[in-house]
Amino acid sequence: MSVIDFTPDEMMTIAAARALKNTDVCFVGIGAPSAACNIARLTHAPDVTLIYESGTIGTAPTVLPLSIGDGELCDTAVTTVSVPEMFRYWLQGGRVTVGFLGAAQIDRFGNINTTVIGDYDHPKTRLPGGGGAPEIASSCGEIFITLKQSKRAMVEKIDFFTSFGHGEGGDHRQRLGITTKGPTLMVTDLAVWKPDPETREFTVVSLHPGVTREMVQAECGWTVRFAPKVIQTSRPSSTELSTLRDLKARTKATHSGTKNGEAS
Amino acid sequence: MAQFMTLPQAVAQNLTAGDTAAFEGFTHLIPHASAHEVIRQGIKDLTLVRMTPDLIYDQLIGMGAVRKLIFSYAGNPGVGLLRRLRDSVENGWPNRIEIEEHSHAAMANAYEAGATGLPFAMFRGYLGAELAQVNPNIRSVTCPFTGEQLAAVPAIRPDVTFIHAQKADRKGNVLIEGIVGVQKEAVLAAKRSVITVEEIVDDLWTHPNACILPGWAVTAICLVPGGAHPSYAHGYYPRDNASYIAWDKIAADRDAFQAWMKDNVLDATPEDFAERITHLRAVA
Repeated sequence: MSVIDFTPDEMMTIAAARALKNTDVCFVGIGAPSAACNIARLTHAPDVTLIYESGTIGTAPTVLPLSIGDGELCDTAVTTVSVPEMFRYWLQGGRVTVGFLGAAQIDRFGNINTTVIGDYDHPKTRLPGGGGAPEIASSCGEIFITLKQSKRAMVEKIDFFTSFGHGEGGDHRQRLGITTKGPTLMVTDLAVWKPDPETREFTVVSLHPGVTREMVQAECGWTVRFAPKVIQTSRPSSTELSTLRDLKARTKATHSGTKNGEAS
Repeated sequence: MAQFMTLPQAVAQNLTAGDTAAFEGFTHLIPHASAHEVIRQGIKDLTLVRMTPDLIYDQLIGMGAVRKLIFSYAGNPGVGLLRRLRDSVENGWPNRIEIEEHSHAAMANAYEAGATGLPFAMFRGYLGAELAQVNPNIRSVTCPFTGEQLAAVPAIRPDVTFIHAQKADRKGNVLIEGIVGVQKEAVLAAKRSVITVEEIVDDLWTHPNACILPGWAVTAICLVPGGAHPSYAHGYYPRDNASYIAWDKIAADRDAFQAWMKDNVLDATPEDFAERITHLRAVA
């Protein structure tokens, strides 16, 4: 594979990474968000503060953690605080500018379900639940979301409101007394989405290279809206790609063996 | 005052069928050896509390020890879902557990309320979140000064809390280092506590602001090297991520699960944990 070829997954991670600023304080969800946040740190945003809900503040892991509490996160952090302090002082206290979340199921207004598929009391699939997400969604300055598109994940109606996005759209957040911005960005493997300024419905603003509108619609369960002017996402640079591939290779080598967790 | 004893003694003396028990450790220092001892002693009908019920609660649930689960994230972190928990919730095998589900913020605040002796915890949370509609223990209070509506959940007051820590000194003072999670709050919220440690030392040799549970605030201390495996003990051995990945397959099948539990839990002892971490120590 030549260096200019890339997979949709790589494009997603890199496009998501670009959204973080060097000055951001980011609460990192596990999975796709964790890769994106660390690519940001390893490329254009070396001073970004990454926080994992295990209490590690200002962490800089050399491999992606398998869990939110791998020892490496603590070893490389500026400080590690207790979980109550994490949620009370730092998150609820309003110190976090961006919450970066993944989603099992999401609707057009950025409401996220990670609790159940089907009925809550008699679920078809019992998912892990909210963890930190319900309060990350309401306490962080704004929310970035990243997920791989599929009709199963991007649905007309989510089965459970684990984390509140823009609710029914419009000013629904304000009506509930939520003062933070909520979801302001969604990056998938096909496109970059931003909420419409009025309706707050996620709208495609940028298509990844080689992706058509039809391809985006084919992997989305609601009728996709496109911004008046849709641009093309910049291709990954060779630095972005090599940084991501190196990180993934280090991570794979580490988690498949036993040399993992903490470095001591 | 902390008493030193074996883990089988500590479990037998401090946990009875029907109790509410918390096993805490946020990814780090998860008290696996204690959970296995509870399974071996066949103590049932438990109400289990834990922010992140991972493998140990999958095992306790799959062995039919659990009546009710109070939790905020039930997954195998970075790997997937908890298959024994799912089998119980979705299919009622081996029994259908009752669940009381919260967010992390709620659980962390609720443990803290327990430790501080307050009846409930108050925080800004669950805004627009549907859990508030399915869990009657999520309520609200109004700030008497500003009128703001805040979320309220009952304090967590376990009968017994189990944790694993790095070391204790000979007076029973316990040191926890690294990702300290919610263990201090969980122990201070509980009526009794059982703490397994990697080693017992003459002097903790630590710094003035270390996370210490004084011996007089602890019930029982048990020396169980490796007692957190496949979780980890910072400074002793790393997280055995390969075991977490392997669990997904073991737990996927009822027979494979039961066979694994017989070999690794029912027919094992607390002393077996030391051997499980030797290959990890080598690379730590």
